[in-house]
Amino acid sequence: MKRGQTPSQTVGPFFAYGLVPEQYNYPFKSLAGGELAGDTTEGQRIRILGHVYDGAGDLIPDAIIEIWQANAHGRYNHPADDRKDNLLDPEFKGFGRVGTGTTDDNRFVFDTIKPGSVDGRQAPHLNVIVLMRGMLLHAYTRIYFSDEEDMNAADPVLGSVPEDRRDTLIAKRDVEMPGTVYRFDIHMQGDRETVFFDV
Amino acid sequence: MDSNRDWDSQPPYIHEDYKSTVLRGPTKPLMPIPEGLSELTGPVYGHEAVGELDSDLTRNARVNGEPLGERIIVAGRVVDENDRPLPNTLVEVWQCNAAGRYVHEADQHDAPLDPNFLGAGRCVTDENGRYEFRSIKPGAYPWRNHHNAWRPNHIHLSLFGHSFVSRLVTQMYFPGDPLFPFDPIFNGVPEGARERMISTFDIELTEPEFALGYNFDIVLRGPKATPMED
Ligand SMILES: [Fe+3]
Repeated sequence: MKRGQTPSQTVGPFFAYGLVPEQYNYPFKSLAGGELAGDTTEGQRIRILGHVYDGAGDLIPDAIIEIWQANAHGRYNHPADDRKDNLLDPEFKGFGRVGTGTTDDNRFVFDTIKPGSVDGRQAPHLNVIVLMRGMLLHAYTRIYFSDEEDMNAADPVLGSVPEDRRDTLIAKRDVEMPGTVYRFDIHMQGDRETVFFDV
Repeated sequence: MDSNRDWDSQPPYIHEDYKSTVLRGPTKPLMPIPEGLSELTGPVYGHEAVGELDSDLTRNARVNGEPLGERIIVAGRVVDENDRPLPNTLVEVWQCNAAGRYVHEADQHDAPLDPNFLGAGRCVTDENGRYEFRSIKPGAYPWRNHHNAWRPNHIHLSLFGHSFVSRLVTQMYFPGDPLFPFDPIFNGVPEGARERMISTFDIELTEPEFALGYNFDIVLRGPKATPMED
């Protein structure tokens, strides 16, 4: 029997205590937050900083950003990725989520590791889900890295995106900041509208 | 255009009656992307993620007594479009209290908080895809979308399913709600699919002297039938 999909509805303005309670200081355990890497996680530590903007150029204070990524060896911690050549880092889950409502400037921050290439051909990337009040359906995008120029140039997904919009998918290395920091803003609309995928 | 999304079931990004979508929904066409490991994997949270009282919202935030309101039991199956059960799948839940008030700083609705109710919980499906949680029936609450705007009673639900493509955040409604015709969020979904968001009263699930039972199945999207390989 074929069954129709359950329709999506907005996450609404009050997702914080259900999805990211500890970040917002609610008395309920968070399953995931902005820190993905533990002490023993293999790979290069990176930080991703960003904001989410609406079509008027205003900051969105009630969005939630989720990231899903491979480990330093390009392996996903999921049963569908059973490749033996890419080592598993069992302590690294690869999932993070952050709401934009807990800093004055409505920022999201992820502390994680740079993922390896999944298959040696694709450039390192984070898979991103964007949810917010005011969207009935989540949006999918990706974060690539500005200092992976050669791999980015050969990446089939980036290559399929019109050249003048490719830049919206690339997190820019911020050399002014200590550590390895990238900036990645999400524009829901406008000239710089982020590329969203038909996942 | 051929799309991976089922637009007969899913709402559009811009739905003008829901005013906030106008400046927030993407406007450019979605870019096609092949299904690879990035899309066919996803975060795994099983039984180890759920604490003892997480699935009982009538008990998980008690301070000095029982929460007020009508106790409910919500249960159902999480399945794919072929009705195959999805075992070991996390279901995250949040809602307002019986008076229509969320425990959230941003909720300014002039209705009482309940010191014994938080309204957040989670559970995981069993080997048959079955989930169950206990709660208090949420109240209706006003919002500022338009004059005299009220949300029908609803519970927010969030699921990952078995891959990145099956991600779903939805709302479960209650049968016979008089607010359905006036709610742009409910009506943002195409006609013919809306009723899939309405739970059914279930006398079998109802526990004598304790709580009313509502049945709610959740159907998640699976990977495409014919994989797009090069
Ligand atoms: Fe709500």
